[in-house]
Amino acid sequence: MYRYDQFDATFVRERTAQFKGQVARRLAGELTEEEFRPLRLKNGLYLQLHAYMLRVAIPYGELSSKQMRKLAFIARRYDKGYGHFTTRQNIQYNWPRLDDVPAILEHLAEVEMHAIQTSGNCIRNVTSDHFAGVAADEIEDPRVWAEVIRQWSTLHPEFSYLPRKFKIAIIAADKDRAAMRTHDIGLKIVRNAKGELGFAFYTGGGQGRTPIIGPLVKSFVAAEDLLSYLDATLRVYNMHGRRDNIYKARIKILVQALGAEEFGRQVEEEWLRIKDSVLKLPAEEVARIRQYFAPPALEKLPARNEGFEAKKAADPDFARWVQANTDDHKVDGYRIVTISLKPVGGAPGDASADQMDLLADLADAYSLGQIRVTHRQNLVLPYVRQQDLFDLWAKLGSAKLAEANVELVTDIIACPGLDYCNLANARSIPVAQRISRRFSDPKRLAEIGELRLNISGCINACGHHHVGHIGILGVDKKGEEFYQVTLGGSSAEDISLGKILGPAFSLDQITDAIETVVDTYLDLREGPQERFIDTYRRLGIEPFKEKVYDSLKERRSAAE
Amino acid sequence: MTVLRNGVPQPNEWVRVADDAPLPETDKVIVSLERWQAERVNLRQRNAAIGVALKSEQSPLLIQDDLDRLSLVALEFPKFTDGRAFSHARVLRDRLGFTGEIRGFGQVLRDQYLFMLRCGFDTVEPAAGKRVEGYAEALKEFSVFYQPTNDDRATALQLRHRKEAVAA
Ligand code: HEM
Ligand code: SF4
Repeated sequence: MYRYDQFDATFVRERTAQFKGQVARRLAGELTEEEFRPLRLKNGLYLQLHAYMLRVAIPYGELSSKQMRKLAFIARRYDKGYGHFTTRQNIQYNWPRLDDVPAILEHLAEVEMHAIQTSGNCIRNVTSDHFAGVAADEIEDPRVWAEVIRQWSTLHPEFSYLPRKFKIAIIAADKDRAAMRTHDIGLKIVRNAKGELGFAFYTGGGQGRTPIIGPLVKSFVAAEDLLSYLDATLRVYNMHGRRDNIYKARIKILVQALGAEEFGRQVEEEWLRIKDSVLKLPAEEVARIRQYFAPPALEKLPARNEGFEAKKAADPDFARWVQANTDDHKVDGYRIVTISLKPVGGAPGDASADQMDLLADLADAYSLGQIRVTHRQNLVLPYVRQQDLFDLWAKLGSAKLAEANVELVTDIIACPGLDYCNLANARSIPVAQRISRRFSDPKRLAEIGELRLNISGCINACGHHHVGHIGILGVDKKGEEFYQVTLGGSSAEDISLGKILGPAFSLDQITDAIETVVDTYLDLREGPQERFIDTYRRLGIEPFKEKVYDSLKERRSAAE
Repeated sequence: MTVLRNGVPQPNEWVRVADDAPLPETDKVIVSLERWQAERVNLRQRNAAIGVALKSEQSPLLIQDDLDRLSLVALEFPKFTDGRAFSHARVLRDRLGFTGEIRGFGQVLRDQYLFMLRCGFDTVEPAAGKRVEGYAEALKEFSVFYQPTNDDRATALQLRHRKEAVAA
């Protein structure tokens, strides 16, 4: 993974000192709260319902075991003993004190971490495919380019006061594991007809109250032109993005207003003037960064391990976990392990300090000390030998980390919701907990198969509800929490936005409603190979709608 | 009124003239874009130095044909969170090749000062009542810069590879 050189290390120290000074000026009354707010947000510090929240950057989701131990230490010492892994591959602490924040940042800097640009109207932490570097289907390691973008976007002098936040994601495979087209800029690494490497720019996607699938604005930008094309795109946005209405300030609104073609023309005009400037990316810098991501020297192993096969045959629980939570690896004899942070009845994405320490130890023992965070709020060990899987699984089980539910209906994305967030209409976490209890039977879970369920506590869509196969959105009805259900969304390569099923449900009805949707699918599917989303696409929303509202009526009359 | 140059407060040599006020003969004056456009022919012939102030929604492309005659372009920060002027400064320098003075005025904070200089600003005129202290310190907060802009600060990228060239 990338390691800081002297320049990166000096930079983070300087930024930490600068923020310490800003906190001191605020505490001394030299800065008003209005002035301090954007400054603290650029350093990941939110004011929430009950306390400050600190969001720590995990660039493109990659963590070392040493960094994970530091995150555990911070959770224990400065928070209530846990942290929350987020859909943007970051970690949030919900209970830090303002005057502790500079000390926390100093601890983070010791392990090459920070909270820079995890919030605020600037270019946020860049996200990527959590299987980068180990996925069999990638044409290039997207981390190399994510790191180029991380450096370019860090304290960018021109783009630190944008109309609104700006999120970039990058992938390098046809399979989209990073919800690429839901971002302000989604980048897909491609090769042109000559075999040269470049980037397809999908600009102007986003979620929130106006969900938009990012349109293709330019199908090929040569690798050396990446930064100039990014600069040109951001410049057009910075100059012309709306600043009069916060709800219309994202780049997606500008792209929609101009049309993708006209937007692309304006970017092109700007780009042609700066393309051959200092922004041209030197090959030696790419080569320098690439060294850090060179494939590790791995022991040569046979593709098939008999001991592993025997264990799977003997232990159906283990076999189910292998089936749900591990993926094919680039290298024979290895598997990619996803560790679910969605235990039955738990808060999605939360990990305790003890769990983090254990995960760091397991990463050292089984995965070259490397860990990844996924945008579905799980963790990944990218380099596990098949013969180690059984021991790893057993150890994970002892810490309630062996839930076999990755990409299944209880692998729920949920935002913090009304339990923490001051913008929320409704709680998200209790809904996730109820649903995960309802579907807790492992056999039933496996039978249902791939089904992505996403929950947001309000229309801001932090929990990706628009692009869940099933989406749940918290709404407020006369001061009561209600939940609107959408079906048919997807954030993957088959991206689509969900459609509203019908009138919203109360907290007491929502779990039944979801269960009816799932049962209806099981009745209607052509076989276990047909995923929920495929059945939905074949039949549309009507059969689901009918069943859900009929059974709601039946339950009502039974109760009367 | 004070302006900041290289972090140091200095007396302001330029006079902002309201749209309905008469122009002083000799002073260096800054007029609004509206006045510049209305009186362009006369103003271009004026003997003393002249500058134009642009609001944050006014693009420098509106004065691209007049830059040969202008000694200063002032860019407004109506709120310090309105970052359009950063791009406008870069358009002036990189795209239009303007070599005169670029001045930022309005709601600016020292926390933006380094960014301003990196985008091509020369001077800053904070709004009345705003602190002018701390700007010199703000310049020293960072020694590492990632983005190549057109100022003369070496980027991490250049330093890395210069170093390697020496080592090789
Ligand atoms: C705790 C307080 C939080 C607040 C106040 C908050 C605020 C917001 C707001 C206002 C939006 C809508 C932005 C727009 O439409 O322009 C948004 C979107 C979003 N937030 Fe949050 N958020 C919070 C927590 C989180 C968490 C925990 C995550 C996970 C990392 C997250 C990730 C996202 C994502 C992925 C989106 C949608 C993508 C997009 O911006 O288009 N947020 N958030
Ligand atoms: S979706 Fe709404 S409730 Fe949930 S975290 Fe975002 S802003 Fe808060």
